[in-house]
Amino acid sequence: MITAGIDVGAKSVKVLIIKDHDIMNKGMGFMEMDRERSIQKIFDKCLAEAGLSKNDIDYIISTGAGRKFVPFAQSNSTMVTCDAIGIVKLEPSVRTLIDIGANDARAVRFDETGKVIDFAVNEKCAAGAGAFVEAMARAMEVSLEEFSELSLKAEKTIPINAQCAIFAESEVVSLVHEETARNDICRSVHDAMAGRIVSMTKRLLLEKDIAVVGGVALNKGMMDSLKKDLKMDFIIPKDAEYIGALGAAVLAGQEMNK
Amino acid sequence: MTEHDVDKEYWRWDEYHWKDPDRNWKDAKIISAGVDVGSVSSQAAILTDGELFATANMRTGHNSPDSARRVMNWALEGAEDMTLDDIHYIVGTGYGRLKVPFANKAVTEIACHARGANFMYGPTVRTVMDMGGQDLKVIKCDERGKVLNFMMNEKCAAGTGRGMEVIADILRVPIKEIGDLSMQIDEEPPPISNICVLFAKTEVMGMLYEKMPVNVILAAYATAMADRVSAQVKEAGVEKDFVITGGIAKNRGVVERLERILGVKSLKTHVDYQIAGALGAALFGKVLYEKSLKK
Repeated sequence: MITAGIDVGAKSVKVLIIKDHDIMNKGMGFMEMDRERSIQKIFDKCLAEAGLSKNDIDYIISTGAGRKFVPFAQSNSTMVTCDAIGIVKLEPSVRTLIDIGANDARAVRFDETGKVIDFAVNEKCAAGAGAFVEAMARAMEVSLEEFSELSLKAEKTIPINAQCAIFAESEVVSLVHEETARNDICRSVHDAMAGRIVSMTKRLLLEKDIAVVGGVALNKGMMDSLKKDLKMDFIIPKDAEYIGALGAAVLAGQEMNK
Repeated sequence: MTEHDVDKEYWRWDEYHWKDPDRNWKDAKIISAGVDVGSVSSQAAILTDGELFATANMRTGHNSPDSARRVMNWALEGAEDMTLDDIHYIVGTGYGRLKVPFANKAVTEIACHARGANFMYGPTVRTVMDMGGQDLKVIKCDERGKVLNFMMNEKCAAGTGRGMEVIADILRVPIKEIGDLSMQIDEEPPPISNICVLFAKTEVMGMLYEKMPVNVILAAYATAMADRVSAQVKEAGVEKDFVITGGIAKNRGVVERLERILGVKSLKTHVDYQIAGALGAALFGKVLYEKSLKK
């Protein structure tokens, strides 16, 4: 049995293919203007790499903000559901997951089978999502990678007054003009955002183990700030960006067996 | 597209200074001034015996004291040979009010907007909605322009002038043309669905890609903004007479849609809507100077 999960995020599309119980292939690409064409292209590439054709896939489930834009998926499911199923498959001891994507973030608590107990979501405001850090990196004219590294070299943090990404851009530019150390500005941006992620996460009862996933989990500077603020250890699984797609592919297998 | 177009700053609104040609400041007994250093724009207003004599309106820079100095100097530049020393009393207001180096006193922008609106529109004003660059204020006041109560949103760019600037830039439409353009539509499109300006920006890019006409996108954004603002003011309520101040007051696309949703028309005036805060500060300046003389 071969199943596929497709996670259509705001910025990128993640595809993961499972044969029986093992991951066969995975791939991701950026979302371009033509949404459906981008999804098709990324899916086709992932199939081709695995030496498969569309007909070889028994069941496809889409998830993510754009899950309804995958015409070739048999069904779709929410990211909350897929994240929980995906992480339990990969890291069975995890009970709470924090997923920070480009345009949204969520915290999910679930049981050992991946059944969701509680969750909290932010998908309305960029201040609590990856887009916030990206906007600040753009304002400082550095790449996201540089931004992350700079923050790890910081000596202190300064409060960023603006919560809104649009206002914070101006504030960051002002800080640069005032010749505030760039390292410290980057650290402050991460700290400010970590604070918002933590307050969202603390709406749940936090049960160990905790995992952080999503594209932002790859930002070491941000993870450092999050660790300090959360005051609890968490794991960052390998393939942290693919947890939703993995969950969708696992769910597809469960649907087949029904 | 020429290279010039790439650099064009569509968000940039007109900066100007003005002087009443019929007044001679040397005849005045009291000269007072107000400087409103906002997060996006700064204004200065100079009054001679309580009447508007000169104004200036420009973008705020990165440094508040410097912005205060620049806008005050620009107003003075228009005011014949008046110098800072000729002004008896200066009041600072706005976000940067404590950083106006030459001010005699600072007064909150809430008090100044109510006072300024009372002067601009008359004593019947009861609700002042200030739609500024980075915040939204709804102020209730009495017939003397005294604040009764107010609400303020300064957390989020949705519904603010800064949000509109972002959209102007992405659509490459000069900001002062947005209001008229957004009214040139056959029927109202559904509003932009994202509240967050950063996300709305992406949504607008998608609409452009789908070849949606720019005026339709502007209408969709203006409606979203009017919806957002009306939701925020619902609690405070809007009592007549109702006026809108701040930069967005110049955008009829937002103003007319907001009036439609709220079911109430706003009063209009010939005085620059952005000057209300500085004008109110200058009026306070006059009163404070008179008080100081009595001591």
